[in-house]
Amino acid sequence: MESTILMKEKELTKQTYKDSSMIQSPIENIASPVLKIDDLSVSYGGDKYAINNVSAGIAKNKITAIMGPSGCGKSTLLRAINRMHELYPNTHNKGAVYLGDENIYKINPIQLRRKIGMVFQRPNPFPTMSIYDNVIAGFNLNGIRLKRSEKDEIVEKSLREVGLWEEVKDSLHNKGTFLSGGQQQRLCIARALAYTPDIILLDEPTSALDPIATAKIEDLLVKLKKDFTIVLVTHNMSQAARISDYSMFMYLGDLVEYGKTKQMFTMPKDKRTEEYLTGKFG
Amino acid sequence: MKISTELSDRKMKHRLFKDKIFTYVMMSLAFLSSVPLFLILYQLVIKGYRQLNINFFFEVAPDTMEAMIAIANNEIIPGGIANGIVGTLIIVGMASIIAIPLGIICGIYLSENSEGRFPGIVRFIVDMLQGVPSIVLGVIGYIWIVKPVTGGFSALAGSVALSIMMLPSIVRSTEETLKMIPGTLKEAALSLGVPYHKTILKVILPTGISGILTGVILGISRIAGETAPLMLTALGSTAINTNITEPSSAVPLLVWEFYNDPNLVNMIWSASLILLLLILCLNLTAKAIAKKWKVQY
Repeated sequence: MESTILMKEKELTKQTYKDSSMIQSPIENIASPVLKIDDLSVSYGGDKYAINNVSAGIAKNKITAIMGPSGCGKSTLLRAINRMHELYPNTHNKGAVYLGDENIYKINPIQLRRKIGMVFQRPNPFPTMSIYDNVIAGFNLNGIRLKRSEKDEIVEKSLREVGLWEEVKDSLHNKGTFLSGGQQQRLCIARALAYTPDIILLDEPTSALDPIATAKIEDLLVKLKKDFTIVLVTHNMSQAARISDYSMFMYLGDLVEYGKTKQMFTMPKDKRTEEYLTGKFG
Repeated sequence: MKISTELSDRKMKHRLFKDKIFTYVMMSLAFLSSVPLFLILYQLVIKGYRQLNINFFFEVAPDTMEAMIAIANNEIIPGGIANGIVGTLIIVGMASIIAIPLGIICGIYLSENSEGRFPGIVRFIVDMLQGVPSIVLGVIGYIWIVKPVTGGFSALAGSVALSIMMLPSIVRSTEETLKMIPGTLKEAALSLGVPYHKTILKVILPTGISGILTGVILGISRIAGETAPLMLTALGSTAINTNITEPSSAVPLLVWEFYNDPNLVNMIWSASLILLLLILCLNLTAKAIAKKWKVQY
């Protein structure tokens, strides 16, 4: 049903922007991107595509924000990067995504996801595991055996990186679900970091959190970009403006505009971007 | 026109009175439905406690002569239900070994595949299985195991019949439990590069373990008291039998045998009491597990 609404909206906008020649996705040239999305289209079944012919490079050690109104395909694009969208039946893609020189659709998703970590909208620590086990879960669940001291080191390093160590160091063996929402989300980030992925994807990581917890996560992301490449989906424009280096604006499955965040927020090239940023729709 | 919503005092009183009556009627009917259990327990304790002693648990059922002599001498009937207890443990244990893994795996499959033709058919069949009369399962056990496999009545045949009986409740409770677990947990595990089978076995199953175990225990308690399927399969035995290819006794079978022998009638109460207590214990355990191991997510 959502898709029919999407199609209708799309027809409407096509009419609205008939004169505009900017339906195609503009590509910002990013020098030596760590991830290259090449003409990617994703469908959840049938001929309707949730994202259409998206091409973009993701800059290393930067925060790239994907913005857009609900249903614009921003989550789909994010999930297509670590192939989580394939959990839904009947998905199919066109195009490719390159991590380094490898097309991610040619490698095993299990291996891919070990290189590209993900944090979700709602904090989702494993409820049966302690804080400690949650952080180390990527290793334990994948059957990677570590010495106790190595585990301790990884747990402490990851928790320190997300600024949770001081708060939980005395209760490492309590269940992670007893933490507050913001703490749980930082625990989930620590869980993704522990595995030292190349890229971390975050799907609206603060939308279920209060402003203070949100601020903490934002500070954390800015700090983390020196070690990781971060791709962030957000429907919160000010968040994108605050922390991202590059921004994508998506609308109805198209990548409308992609460029340096500062430039996009001060001088958007596309009329739709401008209207979205000024709150005319969204 | 303005409609008055005011009520006269008399009407108001009348309404409050009706409310009260309604509340009390509900309460007394609720009470009424819990009365039978207490009446049953009372009856069994009053009539059965004299037979209960340590020998009752360690000796096999007496034969009718022994019982007749004891009654004539005004003594309690010697012997116990050890053959029944051992038989029940073996038969129910084997039935669990067959049904639990099968039921849980089937439940996982159904919860993972909520749509589709094949899962729909499986779900339908499992529901139908729930309604198959237990005596029919006895016949099935007879045809499948008694005749071709063990060449005679056997504990194994009883176990197979009972395992079919407990399967639906395990499947459905597993499915329902796992469906309640948020999909984000599965996503969390998969996004760490954890293979699907490990995600299910190490993340999803442990999260749902309390619900699954509760279903399993309720399934066990349901078959522990079954008599009809065992009449056609395990048959009964006067001695303690640990060979699963031989006929075996079970507590509910003993109750039936005691009923058929005028000299052993007094044993019915104590045997029933033990059976009932066993099942009550299983139910309480199920409740305790559901409460204690509940996972917060």
